[in-house]
Amino acid sequence: MKYTEEHEWIRTEDDGTVVVGITNHAANELGDIVFIELPEEGDEMTKDDEVVVIESVKAASDILAPLDGEVVEVNSAIVDEPGKINEDAEGDGWFFRLKPADLAPMEEYMDEAGYKAFIG
Amino acid sequence: MSDLKRTGLFDLHVEHGAKMVPFAGYAMPVQYKPGVMKEHVHTRVAAGLFDVSHMGQVILRGEAPALALERLVPQALAGLGEGRQRYAFFTGEDGGILDDLMVANRGDHLFVVVNAACKDADIALMRAGLPDCEVEEITDRALLALQGPQAEAALAVIAPEAATMKFMDVAVLDSAFGPLWISRSGYTGEDGYEISVGDSQARALADTLLADDTVELIGLGARDSLRLEAGLCLYGNDIDTTTSPVEAALEWAVQKVRRNGGAREGGFPGAARILEEFETGTARRRVGLLPGTRAPMRAGTDLYATPENGEAIGHVTSGAYGPTLEAPVSMGYVAIEYAATGTQIYGEVRGKRLPVRVADMPFRPSTYKR
Repeated sequence: MKYTEEHEWIRTEDDGTVVVGITNHAANELGDIVFIELPEEGDEMTKDDEVVVIESVKAASDILAPLDGEVVEVNSAIVDEPGKINEDAEGDGWFFRLKPADLAPMEEYMDEAGYKAFIG
Repeated sequence: MSDLKRTGLFDLHVEHGAKMVPFAGYAMPVQYKPGVMKEHVHTRVAAGLFDVSHMGQVILRGEAPALALERLVPQALAGLGEGRQRYAFFTGEDGGILDDLMVANRGDHLFVVVNAACKDADIALMRAGLPDCEVEEITDRALLALQGPQAEAALAVIAPEAATMKFMDVAVLDSAFGPLWISRSGYTGEDGYEISVGDSQARALADTLLADDTVELIGLGARDSLRLEAGLCLYGNDIDTTTSPVEAALEWAVQKVRRNGGAREGGFPGAARILEEFETGTARRRVGLLPGTRAPMRAGTDLYATPENGEAIGHVTSGAYGPTLEAPVSMGYVAIEYAATGTQIYGEVRGKRLPVRVADMPFRPSTYKR
């Protein structure tokens, strides 16, 4: 599992795809999440594009694409029940699965220890 | 945060894990550990305790303080019964709203509660406009709101007579925490009370209320979503100096005796415009808004008549997720031709025009004990 400074996690799967979500820390900081807009299956995304909109009781936030790639699956369960993200942000609260076009940025991202140090 | 004022319950908030934020010059709890959603729901199903000590508490004394205060507000106060409270607002010469407030008749004086952000201006306004009254700001009392279906039972342990009060009754009741200035009112759409207590007893009163399993501390975040579901205006968002009472759909708060043909018609700032608007209506009106998707439409969202093209016909002034409605909820101003309940309009969120329907308020029936 890798982590970005934008508080996303990226998990590489055996089939070469990656699953993306936000960290428990981020979900906790955002507060109760009430709305999420996900990309669509088949969408091509470019690293740092704003690809997800998430709204908590406090405010709206944009989530940036951590890698270039094609969206192969989205977690529609969290669209109907955004509270699932607060319950299990690093598990059932995942956002989308990506077929990455370029894994080079993964080298730059933090491991778990690095992320823990980053959030203090 | 160091230059912010603190209420007497600051330590209580911190000990209960509050996230403190600046609000009207005070460090105030926006939420506690459970978070806005759970705090909101708790208030609706049990009882919520809010620190609203940042609000201004003022006593007006004089020969006829109620009649005198009618010079500054369009409400009928002279006829307000002893032990009764009324919602009111100060108006400006141009007919805008300077602040909203609660006015209670406590026999030989009035007790007034005003918004924190406006209290200095309100007190100056009353001192200048009411030379025949003594205007005393109360600075040694905290103000707590206890709201929700369990509020009556929780307060009855401390002040049993409070259970017999009706919505908008006020009373001074003796208690183990000294005299409590109690009103059966609040700003959540729930039955409940606002309780003014001497600073030295405020913490002990709060701790005693919180020892009741049904009572939890609630922050400003949930206070906002609760009042929004109840269709109540937040001064500075939904009403301000640029909105008149008729535009703001607050006609119900202006009694007939102060309107055209009434025994004490006019005689308040902005009366010419406000009374004319009662006859002619206004070009825009505050309405409830129910977004048609899950996306909240927050303050500042522009509203349109059509899904594309055309000029904005209004804007949202408050918007949030309504935890009791389990849906987003907003209020705002629209051009009068779009103000009818059920009218389909569109709000532009992140560049997309999403459907939103004009709706009656309150969005959820209030549960005041009438």
